[in-house]
Amino acid sequence: MSKIPFPAPPADSDAVIALRSEFRAFLNAQLADRNARQRSDNWYGYDRAFSRAMGQAGYLGMTWPKQYGGHERSAFERAVVVEECLAAGAPVGAHWIADRQSGPSIIKFGTEPQKQAILPGIAAGELSFGIGMSEPDSGSDLAATRTKAVRDGDVYRVTGTKVWTSFAHEADYVILFCRTQGTPADRHKGTSQLLINLKETPGLTIKPIIDQAGQHHFNEMHFEDAVVPAQMLLGEEGQGWDQVMSELAFERSGPERFLSSIELLLQLVEVLKGRDSDAAQITLGRVTARLAVLRRLSRSVAGMLQNKQDAGLQAAIVKDVGALFEQGLPDIARELVDCEADPRAAGAYSAVLANIVHNAPSWSLRGGTREILRGIIARGLGTR
Amino acid sequence: MLAEMIQRLFERQLTDAAQARARAGEWLPDLWAEVTEMGLPLALLSEDEGGFGLSPAEAGEALRQLGLFAVPLPLAETMGANRLLAKAGLPLADGPAGLARADHLTVQDGRLQGEVARVAWGEQLDCLAVAVGDQLYRVPRSGWRVSEPGTALNFHPRPSLAIDWEIEASAPLPHCPLAEGSTLRAFQIAGALEAALDMTLDHTATRVQFGKPLQKNQVVQHELAKLAGELACATAAADLAAEALARGEVLGVAAGSLRAREAAGAGAAIAGQMHGAIGFTREHRLHLYTTSLWTWRDEFGGQVAWAKLLGKAALGAGSAGYWPMVTDL
Repeated sequence: MSKIPFPAPPADSDAVIALRSEFRAFLNAQLADRNARQRSDNWYGYDRAFSRAMGQAGYLGMTWPKQYGGHERSAFERAVVVEECLAAGAPVGAHWIADRQSGPSIIKFGTEPQKQAILPGIAAGELSFGIGMSEPDSGSDLAATRTKAVRDGDVYRVTGTKVWTSFAHEADYVILFCRTQGTPADRHKGTSQLLINLKETPGLTIKPIIDQAGQHHFNEMHFEDAVVPAQMLLGEEGQGWDQVMSELAFERSGPERFLSSIELLLQLVEVLKGRDSDAAQITLGRVTARLAVLRRLSRSVAGMLQNKQDAGLQAAIVKDVGALFEQGLPDIARELVDCEADPRAAGAYSAVLANIVHNAPSWSLRGGTREILRGIIARGLGTR
Repeated sequence: MLAEMIQRLFERQLTDAAQARARAGEWLPDLWAEVTEMGLPLALLSEDEGGFGLSPAEAGEALRQLGLFAVPLPLAETMGANRLLAKAGLPLADGPAGLARADHLTVQDGRLQGEVARVAWGEQLDCLAVAVGDQLYRVPRSGWRVSEPGTALNFHPRPSLAIDWEIEASAPLPHCPLAEGSTLRAFQIAGALEAALDMTLDHTATRVQFGKPLQKNQVVQHELAKLAGELACATAAADLAAEALARGEVLGVAAGSLRAREAAGAGAAIAGQMHGAIGFTREHRLHLYTTSLWTWRDEFGGQVAWAKLLGKAALGAGSAGYWPMVTDL
């Protein structure tokens, strides 16, 4: 395909095949007590003990240099661990952001002391990160950021508000996207990134934002003349926009963009057992085909990233098509099985369906809305 | 590169007038002579078998060209039939060939008899590679007569053939002709969707309404993005099917076939809508692609049959076996 190539991912190496079976055994042992409803939290499950176990077993920071606690394995080996975690409904929330994007950003832009202070902690499953991008007046329009960091001797003084920060009430750090020069009218110019220690920043208050499912993932972070040491600047002052775009590229093409409702699909297979009508077979066949093809597209992007190719456009396509798939599963299930979903049900199917229906709307919002992604794809096609 | 040679051939030889003749059911002997000259009927064979020994990526590129140009010849079928015949150790086709599965044919007293439904360009073929049970038969032109005319949605002939043939050549079946044909169709679908996207980009860039090109409207841009998504899925689906076919795993062929077929319908609808009324006419070339997409998505096993095959395996895997089944596809 000439316009938007998705090169064939390489066949699984022996190392990848061995890793998959070794890691499935690890997950089986770790998750024996986790019920279907808990598994359906997918990457919103948060469990420090599980993340530490992942770190101790060498499954975090997998592609990073050994000198920072990493394991120098391939992007494909990491992809195996990531997709197996999601398919099994492992509670990956305590390391997810750090392992996926914050750590790689620090490797790319951080100072040597920052790398030494933070990366080994992430790889050990000890340090947890959140994302500090969106604001009340700048969601999709990230360049309109208002949060201001003013240099004052050895510190920055930070004032502003960030929202939708998943697990800010639990995590240790966020990478804050903010303005060090000018005003929101300057758009992407004058923006920077700061590493914020959530536990030790005077002037920072964190308040919960409860979502429509009644769950507390999101938070509001309010900075009121908060004091941040100048050595916590990530990368260069004024280069925040390029850095944050690079961070987003780590965020968009992974299997979390189509596996969010996988537990519902597994429970559907369970419920249909023994009563597999023609309709059930046909529907499961079509769903499985979509899933297999999405997985291939995502693996293709992993291959491009491994080869240091720019895959921003491909990643946007995977996320757009992937969100439609994972959001479509509740209605597909409802066409096959009658069930009044109940968020507090004891039965697995009803409780999982409830959790998925409640959370699905967020999947085409987080990480770039459907509308933003389609704009990126259209621009990639040369329309503007 | 082979794909570029194919592209140059069809750019030069496959005129709109030729497409119109094919749509009237007319065979294009000159075009067939050209593709034979280039060796395309044997392209999918290994070098040992007298083919090109293409890598999977090269083969995919070449096959997509057949969709990109909506080639009105049974060339994909011939390439697939020859691959099957070569693997089975049977003589290759001397001209255009057909590919079919027909388990209802009878084998009695050394004769193969019965009807094979809807064979592309059946009257023009040199031979038919037809599977009955676990045997592959190479039936020459003298072994059938047309029993019923038939026409595809793209107006190419799909006659049914009454076979009555004293069996001369058969061999154990290497793999199912439906899996072979459906995989080839997936590549043709991906190629046709790429052509449809190209045309839609071109049309929406040049067509001005309300004082600006259609493409300047965000709602149009989003439809283009969706079309690009369907194209990406069809392309990946074809590759997935081809790899599974090479490994002899029919479930992967089913998955790739299904997703490509889904993309054919969804993509044709978007391209048509974005072209407006002109895209609904024969004046515009888009119809070559929409009608071919609608044709190809229903051939070599229907969507229902493929979906039931994969869905049955998925349900049989159970909740514990489902994900491992997906990672093996």
